[in-house]
Amino acid sequence: MRNTITIAGKELAGYFVQPVAYVVLTVFILLGGWFFFAMLRQFDEMVQLVQMMGQPDTLRQMNLNTRVIDPLLHDLSVVLVIVMPALTMRVFAEEKRSGTYELLLTAPVRTGEIVAGKFLAAAAFTLVMVALAWIFPLILIVFGNPEVGVMFSGYLGLFLLALSFVSVGLFTSSLTQNQIIAAISSFGILILLFVISWPAEAGGGVVWALLKYLSLPEHFSTMVRGVIDTSDVVFFLSVVATALFLTQRSVESARWR
Amino acid sequence: MWIDATTPRAGRGAGGADERMIDVKHLTKAYGSFVAVKDVSFRAERGQILGFLGPNGAGKTTTMRIITGFMPATSGTVEIDGLDIFNHSLEARRRIGYLPENPPLYTDMRVEAYLRFVAKLRGVKRAEIDDAVDRALQVTGLTDMTGRICGQLSKGYRQRVGLAQALVHNPPVLVLDEPTIGLDPRQIHEIRELIRGLAGDRTIVLSTHILPEVSQICDKVVIINDGRIALEEMIKDIPEGTSLEEVFLHAIAREGHVESANAEETLEEVGAGHSA
Repeated sequence: MRNTITIAGKELAGYFVQPVAYVVLTVFILLGGWFFFAMLRQFDEMVQLVQMMGQPDTLRQMNLNTRVIDPLLHDLSVVLVIVMPALTMRVFAEEKRSGTYELLLTAPVRTGEIVAGKFLAAAAFTLVMVALAWIFPLILIVFGNPEVGVMFSGYLGLFLLALSFVSVGLFTSSLTQNQIIAAISSFGILILLFVISWPAEAGGGVVWALLKYLSLPEHFSTMVRGVIDTSDVVFFLSVVATALFLTQRSVESARWR
Repeated sequence: MWIDATTPRAGRGAGGADERMIDVKHLTKAYGSFVAVKDVSFRAERGQILGFLGPNGAGKTTTMRIITGFMPATSGTVEIDGLDIFNHSLEARRRIGYLPENPPLYTDMRVEAYLRFVAKLRGVKRAEIDDAVDRALQVTGLTDMTGRICGQLSKGYRQRVGLAQALVHNPPVLVLDEPTIGLDPRQIHEIRELIRGLAGDRTIVLSTHILPEVSQICDKVVIINDGRIALEEMIKDIPEGTSLEEVFLHAIAREGHVESANAEETLEEVGAGHSA
């Protein structure tokens, strides 16, 4: 446990002296801001249009949650698919390239502790990212009347989604000493997990149901709609657990190959 | 200095003068079909400085990586202070300080923060970390460099930080892979003095291909060639008037089939050739 915290502390401090982490953070928030602005603009126009046409019923049905936050969170999830591999690509690959891997693996530390430490640090940084993106709901709370509970559920979903991205990124980083290879393969896996349910849209059956279950947006959308279902939370946590287990095996195998 | 500081013991060491701190037995390492190390055996006792000599690509780094538990052997065993590096890995690794060929520095960390991290990682108690880091900085002459960023240090200072990280937990066994490579003559001299000063109670294995280095600072020499041990001998047992260079060239000229049992023969031949 102490070793895990030692490694997590060092890693987390590392993120804040790394330009990559700041670039990831900036891109995430800036793009988020642009999407937010676009959604809000559309919402505003729509409201004016409906008002002009004098349809109070339709006006009452329109709300900030479904019209602004909902699409914003989906857009942010796509941004995460692109930027998270860049955040995690160096985690193991860099250590292998620079030779510090030898320090880490000859220290009296278990492989699991190394992986856990690195995951905790990346998770903490991700939490900072997602928390900073709360700026958009805050603006809505100040100037409008969105449902806070639904937004919270959606952001929790975004965080869990990001955690599964992180764990997949750690895994691909543990396989190579080349950061580009780590990033691209993590990117590939994440995209696949995003579109894996596409062939299943039309049909039924066990295989299709399985593909649908594996699809990340499937579980994410439920949370964005404001439903915190245990099965979705369990799904994300099992993605994290599986990827971290594979990472641990991969690091261990490098040691005893 | 802190050399005589009491080191936590395994409680299973043999005790007495004949304490084998490093015991390598029949080590073989194959990478696919390429066999890098073949049936290598040697040992180092408490307080010895062992020079590990060999041409480039002879298997020095591979052997050291196995000794430190970085990678497993294909067959054979390594015991550190009586603890098997594979079966009692954590306990054995706790007793080793390791300087790999390239100092394992995190380039964006400051020297002191880096050493604190390594001390924690190697299990130095929280209350003792300050002292441990201070000592390591002092011994390696880095007290003025604590705030410098590792990545911006010169080669010589990187090497010192590398040594400092190997020492920080005061291990009874030090494994140094080419500690003087790439340094200028003055730095080489300083690092050698440093290593000599570190000995005392410690067991040090250092690899090199600089021959005078071995005769200057080591008690024992092990020559490895083409993955096999060509010679294992105490420096004091090398006949007077025979240079290590002759011994080395003779040992590696034997096409790698010489076992350590033939060491005496090698020395005799060299000695004879010398007096003739």
